[in-house]
Amino acid sequence: MSQSVFSPATPVNPSQPTLPPANLLDFGQETFALTRRLFIQLKRRPSTLVAGVVQPLMWLILFGALFQNAPQDFLGNSLAYGQFLGAGVIVFTAFSGALNSGLPVMFDREFGFLNRLLVAPLASRFSIVAASALFIMTMSLVQTVAIIVVSGLLGTGFPTLSGLGLMFLILAFLVIAVTALSLGLAFTLPGHIELIAVLLVVNLPLLFASTALAPLSFMPTWLQVVAAANPLSYAIEPIRHLYLYPHWHWSDIVLQAPWGNVSLLGCIGGLLGFALLSLLSIQPLLKRSLG
Amino acid sequence: MTTAISIQNLQKRYGEVTAVKNVSLEIQSGEIFGILGPNGAGKTTTLRCLCTLMQPDAGTIEVMGISALSNPRGVRQKLGYVAQEVALDKLLTGRELLELQAALYHLPRPSITPRIDEVLALLGLTEWADRLIGSYSGGLKKRLDLAAGLLHQPDILVLDEPTVGLDIESRTVVWQFLRQLRQQGMTIVLTSHYLEEVDALADHVAILDRGTVIAADTPTHLKHQLGGDRITLKLREFTAIEEAEQAQQLLTTLPWVHSVVINPGQGNSLNLVVDARPDALNLVQSTLHQAGLPLFSLAQSKPSLDDVYLAATGQTLMDAELAAIGRRDPKAERKQAMRR
Repeated sequence: MSQSVFSPATPVNPSQPTLPPANLLDFGQETFALTRRLFIQLKRRPSTLVAGVVQPLMWLILFGALFQNAPQDFLGNSLAYGQFLGAGVIVFTAFSGALNSGLPVMFDREFGFLNRLLVAPLASRFSIVAASALFIMTMSLVQTVAIIVVSGLLGTGFPTLSGLGLMFLILAFLVIAVTALSLGLAFTLPGHIELIAVLLVVNLPLLFASTALAPLSFMPTWLQVVAAANPLSYAIEPIRHLYLYPHWHWSDIVLQAPWGNVSLLGCIGGLLGFALLSLLSIQPLLKRSLG
Repeated sequence: MTTAISIQNLQKRYGEVTAVKNVSLEIQSGEIFGILGPNGAGKTTTLRCLCTLMQPDAGTIEVMGISALSNPRGVRQKLGYVAQEVALDKLLTGRELLELQAALYHLPRPSITPRIDEVLALLGLTEWADRLIGSYSGGLKKRLDLAAGLLHQPDILVLDEPTVGLDIESRTVVWQFLRQLRQQGMTIVLTSHYLEEVDALADHVAILDRGTVIAADTPTHLKHQLGGDRITLKLREFTAIEEAEQAQQLLTTLPWVHSVVINPGQGNSLNLVVDARPDALNLVQSTLHQAGLPLFSLAQSKPSLDDVYLAATGQTLMDAELAAIGRRDPKAERKQAMRR
């Protein structure tokens, strides 16, 4: 133990300029490192990935079977329920992943690991959000590919390459929005028990009050209103459309809300707005913990 | 000597509870500064405010001339913080944790690997570097935590109770290491409720009690200021308060006895401050004997930091500690610690 720990102290001048302003490179460096930690954890504890891939496939197979014999006009346009369901499962899977992203942050907070990040001169605490979102996006990518392959094998057909690209963009917006909100909860709620309670209350009702399992036309009017306001629907309907129509256009109407038709572009714009709004809404929380 | 840290009139409340009432500290660069006090005295809260984990309700904090309130990021750059409970990710290896730490402090990429190797060697962690932290012992974890705190070569290292829960051997290693850091010019701020720790390490000490600074000076100075010797005696293993008061009155009449304090926390033992004279014990013994009072134990010592604490608060640090345990609500504290 003889090396120098500490470079010979530079003369301290109290009036010296403090820090160069935080730049994008610093933000990138910290985001990359935080994301890397999540992937190392996944590598050493792969059960989350396995469960994350198996679960949506079970949704697909079991729900597909459950509604297999539903009346033909149930879906309005004559497509099989299996075809209908794929988009719902893809979106719900990405949504659940993003929704649960607050849990590890809450545990970090409870164990004191979060303090390690908070005492560090982070360029922006949004790097914590960005790392979680990037991680969940990658997970969703893997899950989505698995779902597309399996439902393709079940006879649903495959989306086009451009459709696939747009699907991922849609999922990215949704994941960013929901991850931000989930982390906001993780920063606010007293502990993981409370967080889990909130996640449980939110998770399935949002699924059932969306167009994931049944089309708007099948719902009573009040539920139509709820489902058409549900952000999940704004991801599900475009993806379903991209699945069914290889020759899609931005102006295609994908969601017939009680208050009017929403185009593909409109849905994507809505999701982008949702993402920006979520990020904006948690900014004071990140600032507040600035101490 | 330049001022490294200046804390003025710090105040922090958690709801109803005032954790820090009024704390002002001046910490010189290049020294080890000890903050001593029983649990619940406000040590950790003071440190958390210093490290920008919390916003104080009132007061100012400047670290090397940078305000922690208006430029927290500038302060974070200057400080290395080693928290009381070691918070490491058991799924990472020691090296991976340090790599994360390096990125959080934006170390230039080419310097990261050599710097990590350096701190690993410094703390004797090289052979453990690539093993999972989950397999580390308590002492190893603390050393890794120290390595993480030092990685970015901070000007000031802040440690909250650095040796709590460590075995004697690890504690000695940590002490040794902190002395070495000071020798190289680093400023070190540590809290402790161990008297010996502060006595052994600190150049300056501030004693905190219930959110206020009750004494601040060098340990030697504080002890000298008290003057005289200390005599602790017990009439019986557990003395009745009337009997203790009788002895107190009796001993107070002796001209070379400065004060006699009854300590209810130790079975009403008597703590005397006396002139340093060789026959003090004999005189006490004979005085009590003539009055027909019993004597169970009797001991003389030079003043310690505990006596400094005792003189200022009327109770020993250990008693304050025990009393604080009863007052505390661990659940509420955990929540406070999480909230920022």
